[in-house]
Amino acid sequence: MVIMANGVEPSRKRWTYLDNFLNKPGPTTDPNWVPGEVTINGLETSKVLVIGAGGLGCEILKNLALSGFKDIHEADTIDVSNLNRQFLFREADVGKSKAECAAAFVEKRVKGVKITPYNGKIQDKDEDYYLQFQMIVCGLDSIEARRWINATLVGMVDMENPESLKPLIDGGTEGFKGQARVILPSMSSCIECQLDLHAPRAAVPLCTLATIPRQPAHCIEWAHIIAWEEHRKGEVLDTDDPEHITWLYQKASARAQEFNIPGVTYSMTQGVVKNIIPAIASTNAIIAASCCNEAFKIATGCNPWLNNYIQYSGDEGIFTYTFEMEQKEDCPVCGNLARNLTVDPNMTLQDFIDSLGDRAEAQLKKPTLRSEEKSLYSQFPASLREQTAPNLSKKLSELVVNGEEIAVSDPAFAISFKYKLIFSS
Amino acid sequence: MLKIWSMKQQQQRDANAEGAAGTKKKKVTAAQLRVQKDLAELEGTLGKTMRTSFPDPNDILNFTLTIEPDEGMYKGGTFHFNFAINQNFPHDPPKVKCTQKIYHPNIDLEGNVCLNILREDWKPVLNLNAVIVGLQFLFLEPNASDPLNKEAAEDLRSNREGFKRNVRTSMGGGSVKGEHYERVIGR
Ligand SMILES: [Zn+2]
Repeated sequence: MVIMANGVEPSRKRWTYLDNFLNKPGPTTDPNWVPGEVTINGLETSKVLVIGAGGLGCEILKNLALSGFKDIHEADTIDVSNLNRQFLFREADVGKSKAECAAAFVEKRVKGVKITPYNGKIQDKDEDYYLQFQMIVCGLDSIEARRWINATLVGMVDMENPESLKPLIDGGTEGFKGQARVILPSMSSCIECQLDLHAPRAAVPLCTLATIPRQPAHCIEWAHIIAWEEHRKGEVLDTDDPEHITWLYQKASARAQEFNIPGVTYSMTQGVVKNIIPAIASTNAIIAASCCNEAFKIATGCNPWLNNYIQYSGDEGIFTYTFEMEQKEDCPVCGNLARNLTVDPNMTLQDFIDSLGDRAEAQLKKPTLRSEEKSLYSQFPASLREQTAPNLSKKLSELVVNGEEIAVSDPAFAISFKYKLIFSS
Repeated sequence: MLKIWSMKQQQQRDANAEGAAGTKKKKVTAAQLRVQKDLAELEGTLGKTMRTSFPDPNDILNFTLTIEPDEGMYKGGTFHFNFAINQNFPHDPPKVKCTQKIYHPNIDLEGNVCLNILREDWKPVLNLNAVIVGLQFLFLEPNASDPLNKEAAEDLRSNREGFKRNVRTSMGGGSVKGEHYERVIGR
């Protein structure tokens, strides 16, 4: 082994400052924490998944690589309109997957880090894929994707298997505002618990669009919502198809002219239709930094991590606020985890429903039951009751497969009960 | 990482709850759960003037709502609305469209509906019940100040009696101001 004059092994020289935190405890370090090699090794072997290779995701990727993580996986896809705010991409990269470009760039700059890109929808991966990681860091702009990964991680928690609990660090930005949060699935407030915090996108009344547009965006929304339906009924609008955007742009321009509204452009059309929120590079940098600090602290245990939400606002001076979001008792995702229930597969659905009435936690009067795929039995509306009633005389084995999860709701309870049906042999 | 797990075990012991086992099977989604709950709460609302129908009973995110007003200018008509709910519900509002071509100031010829809670005033705490009550109200009190069909709104504003006659004509499958409407009255 080559030892340099100052006694530092060359390969760790880059991490001198990091090692200050990893080789000795600080004032807030847990007393049971072990400094040194074990911890450094733990960090370097931590497999972490970054979801989102947009402006925020790229910052996260870079920060993780510069924080000593060596095995980083990431997922996302590329779009031309995003290039301006994503510093890891060059013009030659347009058309390649964002994940691949970002991976290659960071690997070149930080020697020894391995970045594995995955180009595709995160929803296409199953639990086995997510089980291989120590934690997940999200830098997404889609609420739907966040809700999906959140529900997946909560659903994975298995008391028999400590490895099944994957901390989720979620960052998000919008203009000058942003937030970072640490979620310990099933243990602390989850994304679904906090759904109300996401302001729904600002929408203009439909009648304003239809009758008295006042802004260029109103004309674009009109083309998007009303004109498309009128002239290209049945065709699915693809916001990545230049022909579709051009068509909307032309319709919007004509309408803007009619109402004497200047300012409709092609790129504005694209922005409005794809709901692109202007990104501020420094907001992304601040939120990514916060996310990566938390990832570093969780992976090494060197300092306490965020409990559990930090809000940042940079539009009027600078304001940050850290607080603890509480888990919601009636959260549809983490409020009631699925319980295992052993059932006789030959039992009819009716008998099963009757047996639910006897269960201490349930005592359901008018239960409605479903699996992901099927409406097993619905009490209401009447049409659905008629359609699902024939299931009552069917055997459970005809309706669900062994191990399938079902959700039971009842007007008497605010929350749904979830059961994983295990067939007795 | 180990620390989180020991915290989890402690929390589990405190709660003394049964364990949840992992599974690779698809799970009921949050949107499905919420819609299931919302549908169960419609019992008191639908009554005799409204009903739902599900083309695929296993898919509760897509259904038709039928409204048959028993009072007001649209009395006697049968109006169908298509509800399409996505997996981002209740963050996103349901998409609601009238499937018939009708003469109404707040519904355009393509079936788009101008109802504030379907768009600008939607919040995740609102439910399907609120939307359905809102739609029902559009037939009792068509609103000339939120026009989606400009001619109909102008008609209602300037000549209420004439508007009523035009509504009846359109409901019978006739033409109003050169536009042909779908018959919505039983034969
Ligand atoms: Zn939750």
